[in-house]
Formats: sequence, C-alpha cells, structure tokens
Amino acid sequence: MGRAWLVWGAGATLLILLAATALVALNRLDELPLPEREAAAAPASPGLIAQGEYLVRVGNCMSCHTQPGGPAFAGGRAIATPFGSVYAPNLTPDDATGLGRWSAAEFWRAMHNGRSRDGRLLYPAFPYPSYTYITRADSDAIYAFLRSLSPVPLQSPPHVLRFPFNTQWALAGWRALFFRPGTFVQQGTQSAEWNRGAYLVQGLGHCAACHTPRNALGALRTDAQFHGGLIPAQNWYAPALNSGREAAVTAWPVEDVVALLKTGVSLQAGVSGPMAEVVFRSLQYLSDADLRAMAVYLRSLPPQDKPEPPVAKPAADLMERGQDIYRQQCAECHGEQGEGRRGAFPALAGNRAVTLADTTNLVRVLLQGGYQPATAGNPRPHGMPPFAQSLRDEEMAAVLSYIRNAWGNVAPRVDTIDVYRARERRGS
Amino acid sequence: MVSLARLCLALCLGLLATTVQAAFDDDGMVARVLACTACHGKEGRATPSGYFPRIAGKPAGYLYHQLINFRDGRRSYPQMSYLLEHLTDDYLREMAAYFGALDLPYAPPAATSAARALLERGQQLVRHGDASQKIPACAQCHGDALTGVAPFVPGLLGLSRDYVSSQLGAWQAGQRRAQSPDCMARIARQMAPGDVHAVATWLAAQVVPEQSKPAAEFKGKLPIPCGGVAAPAEAGSAR
Repeated sequence: MGRAWLVWGAGATLLILLAATALVALNRLDELPLPEREAAAAPASPGLIAQGEYLVRVGNCMSCHTQPGGPAFAGGRAIATPFGSVYAPNLTPDDATGLGRWSAAEFWRAMHNGRSRDGRLLYPAFPYPSYTYITRADSDAIYAFLRSLSPVPLQSPPHVLRFPFNTQWALAGWRALFFRPGTFVQQGTQSAEWNRGAYLVQGLGHCAACHTPRNALGALRTDAQFHGGLIPAQNWYAPALNSGREAAVTAWPVEDVVALLKTGVSLQAGVSGPMAEVVFRSLQYLSDADLRAMAVYLRSLPPQDKPEPPVAKPAADLMERGQDIYRQQCAECHGEQGEGRRGAFPALAGNRAVTLADTTNLVRVLLQGGYQPATAGNPRPHGMPPFAQSLRDEEMAAVLSYIRNAWGNVAPRVDTIDVYRARERRGS
Repeated sequence: MVSLARLCLALCLGLLATTVQAAFDDDGMVARVLACTACHGKEGRATPSGYFPRIAGKPAGYLYHQLINFRDGRRSYPQMSYLLEHLTDDYLREMAAYFGALDLPYAPPAATSAARALLERGQQLVRHGDASQKIPACAQCHGDALTGVAPFVPGLLGLSRDYVSSQLGAWQAGQRRAQSPDCMARIARQMAPGDVHAVATWLAAQVVPEQSKPAAEFKGKLPIPCGGVAAPAEAGSAR
C-alpha cells in the first residue's frame, strides 16, 4: 500500500516537473542569451533614427503608449481587456521609469519573444504575437528612435488584472499554448511588393490584432486569420479582410485601397471606430510604396466567403416605420435612394458597413455618430451626428432594418434588443 | 385635391433641396458641423432650457480651447471626446471660427421662480464678487455686459442654469480643466454650493443684450492669471 503511494507520488512529481520544464522551455523558444555586456553602442545615425521613427508610425506605437493629451510615448494609457486593464509602459529613455537602461538586445527580446528587460513575461496586449515577425534590423531602428526621444519621468500604473491572469504562471501557460516566436518568410513565388506588404500587415502593422478573431482566452485564432471579429472590450467589430461581404478589397482597384489607408476614405468606403485611429495616427504617414505593397497583399487574400444564409425580409410595417424615420432624419444627407453625396456623406445603398451580419458598428455609428479622421488627404472630414439623444432604441432598430433592406440591400433586420445591447456595451 | 397635394410635395422637396444646398454653401461648413448641431441646436443656438450649451457666437478662441480640451482629456464628456478624437488642431480652429462668427438672435430666458434673496446673492457675486471669500466678480473678466471678451473669454448669458452650475461643479471636482494656470478652477473652489446655485440662477434669468458680441478687450487687469487667456498651449502639437 505504502509502496504504491510512493510510486504514484514519484510519478506525479515527475509529471509536474516535466510539465514545468516544458512550460519554461516553451517560454524560452528562440531566445538568444543576452550579451554579457553590450559593447557601448555607437551613437545612432540620423538616418537610422528617421527610419525608426517611420517604423514606429507603421506599428502605431504612440496610440497605446501615450495618454490622451499626455507626453508622447511616455505611456500610462490603460488598455482595456476582458481580463482587466493593462497599462502601456513608458517608452522614453528615462532610466527609472522608461527604457533608459534597456539595450538593443533586450528591446529585441521584448519585440521578438515578449519578454521584458527584467525577465518578466509581457502581456500580449502588447502585440508581440505580430511584432515577433519583424526583423532585428527594424527592431534596432525602432530602438534607436526611442533612444533619441527626450526622457520623460513618468511611472505607468501597475496593471489591474483579475486572478489568475495577474500571475506570471498563468501568462507562461498562455504563452506555452498560444505563442511561438516567428520569423517572416519571404514567399519566392510572390513579388517583392507582395512580400513587403505581407511583412507590414502581418508584422509591425499588427492588423491581425483586430481583424483575426480571438478564442476565449484572448489568443488569436491562427486557423481563422483575418476572418474578422468583435474587438474585445472595445466592442467594435473588425470586419473580415477576406470576405467580399465584409472588408475584402480583392475587387477594388489598388489605388482605392491605397486611398482608404492613406486618407480614411475611398470611392467605396470610409473608416470609422478604431480604424479611424489607425489611419489618423499610423497609416496616413506611410510611404505610397508601402501602402501600395499592403494593398497588393490585402487584395491577394484568398476569399473565405461561406454561402449566404437566407434572409427574411422585415415585415412591411417595420419597413414603413423605418422609411418614415429615414425620410425625416437621414435622407437629407444620405439621399432618398440611399445614394449619399460624393465627398461628403456615404451612400447607404450597396454599402457593406450597412449590411454587415454583425450590427455592432452600425448601431454604434447611429448612437454616437463620428468623424472620419482628419488626414492630409482629407483634412476637413464630414461627420455623422449622434442620435443617442434623439431616437429611441425601437426607432433606431426600425430605421436600421429599413436601410439594410432598401434599395437592393439585403440583411437580417435589427431588433430593439440589439440596439439596447450596443448602447449598454459600447466603450467610451 | 390631388394637384394640391402635388404642389405641396413639390414645395416640400424644393424646400429640402434648398436646405441641402445651403448646407454646401459657406465653404461647406454647415454640412461639416451637422454632428455638432445635432445636440447644440440648429446653427449652434441651443435654447436656454436645454443642457447642451449654445455655441453660436461664442469667442472663437474660447471654443477652440474647449474643443482641444475635450479631445485631449482636460474636459470630460465621452461623446465630445469621441467625436473630436481624430481631428486636427487646424480643423478644430476652423470649426471654432465658424461658430464664433455666427451672429444669431437669442431666445428669451426661461422664467424663474427663484427666491429674491437668492437672485440678489447671485447678482452680488456676478457684479461685485465676494472679497471675504476671495471670489472676484464674474464681470471683471467676462465683461461688464457679461457677453465675454474676445477671443478667449466666453459670455455667461444665454446659458441654462443647469449648465452653468454643472460647469462650476465640474471645476470644483476636477472634471473640467482648462489651460494652466486654471483660474476658473481656483475661483470655483472658493465658491460654496449655495453661491454656485445663486450665480447660475441669476445668470440664467438675464436677457441677453441686443449687442451680444464679446467685448474687444479687457477693461482692467485680470484678478488672477489665466492660462486659457494666453496663446493656446501647444498640448496638441504632437498630433
């Protein structure tokens, strides 16, 4: 009896040890030992710093690492996640509170392996599952730029995460399951332009962070790359980049894709919600060559459209009610036939943002309105008024059901409960 | 009868077409600020009863400061911050100039049933302040006519009581901030709740004078330094 327990006990201990070893090993994959003492780096050349500044724009680092109205790159902004809030750290070269003591190798380890200077594992709110694909040279350029900033002493608050997500062990387990350091592999069969686009989209651009759905533990679903999904905590739906019914650009001319990314508007669409931020703070600053490369890559994504489920046309009285509201509130700008007004107000007829299966964005745009981003290419954008004050949930559901099923549009109706949910859930 | 209906329809459509056309005149600003006028009232001239303040005819510098304050988190109203988040300083300056230049009549004030003592206290504070509480007179900075001083100091008339008292309350609580040094925060914190109520009640009961434009300059020296009166802070320059 005692002997059997001993065997079982020894077996269990061995298993736990094996699991722990595997956990540690999986968390150290592709990690180079840090140099004992890094050779005193020569001062970075202005060219390298400028290159880093450009790459920092591509990665949109500033958006998360700057508080609204606060000093640039000094961190402190809370990033809401379903597990709690993660506070973006200070990236300025302040010794005590920023990256002042970091070496280029340590910075590379953070970007490529998701590990901090002190050895702590980093939370993937920092999108290292995408940044892992960038080259060491690009990481070094970003490092050089960040080193060139004036140090700002500003301690970012500690993360506020629920148990067990606030432990390093939970994070190690998550990483063992869902994170592998990666290297971008050029596709020999594709053009250099396509490869550049793929590198930007998959790596520094971290488009997957929003446009790829996540599993219950917040990990990107690698089996569904760019299939679209609700952005956790923000409650905006990032449309699929490979679905003709959502945001695929396969059928657009390359120039129109470039225009959307660069100015926030194209002949076919405009950006709103979190994508407005991406255009405003990041994409508008990219070179035409890089935007073109991204467009070439995005246009090549293989379509993933599933057969369309049959849609029941809303009842006639709902359509009539919706039409009444539309004529009073919407037609002046969007046109009697949903034709819009070029250069000012988007057409609603044939607009994919209107017929999207997930109605989160549509309801939010009606509730909160919104401006397209003011970019160099569209410096004085028009704005949609908020209707949260003037229309009741039931009226919003009627008018949205109407525009989803008028002028040739076909999409399931919007129910009052959908509006209610979006009203309750929307972030600020 | 049918032809009458047709005539009416034609007239209505004609009217609609005129409004849309009007929206595209004026360098297109009317159409560009529809998101503002949805809450702030037609042409930005909110009624005295509503919470959303009038913006038409307020000094352009003041409006510009408020826009960047909402955008950059010094003022807290999520709907405003959301709308302004991705707009540039230049465009916000243009919007401010557009609303600042509007010269539109004011609605008469809402009738008040406030006690006479309250109104008298309000008038006393607005006209003369209360030296014992270190509260300067409102009129000292906002102009003798209380219509503001161009380009940075807003008028205090034509606003609802709820709006004025909630702004003073927000300053007391740190929910509304201005360019540093924040003179209004300092003054609001000197005010007792009853004084806030008195000032807001008296101001909301006044008729806006015929000449409602902000004064061109201050008559005397400001009682305390005000960051919002100097050139705009370069807080938004990184954007």
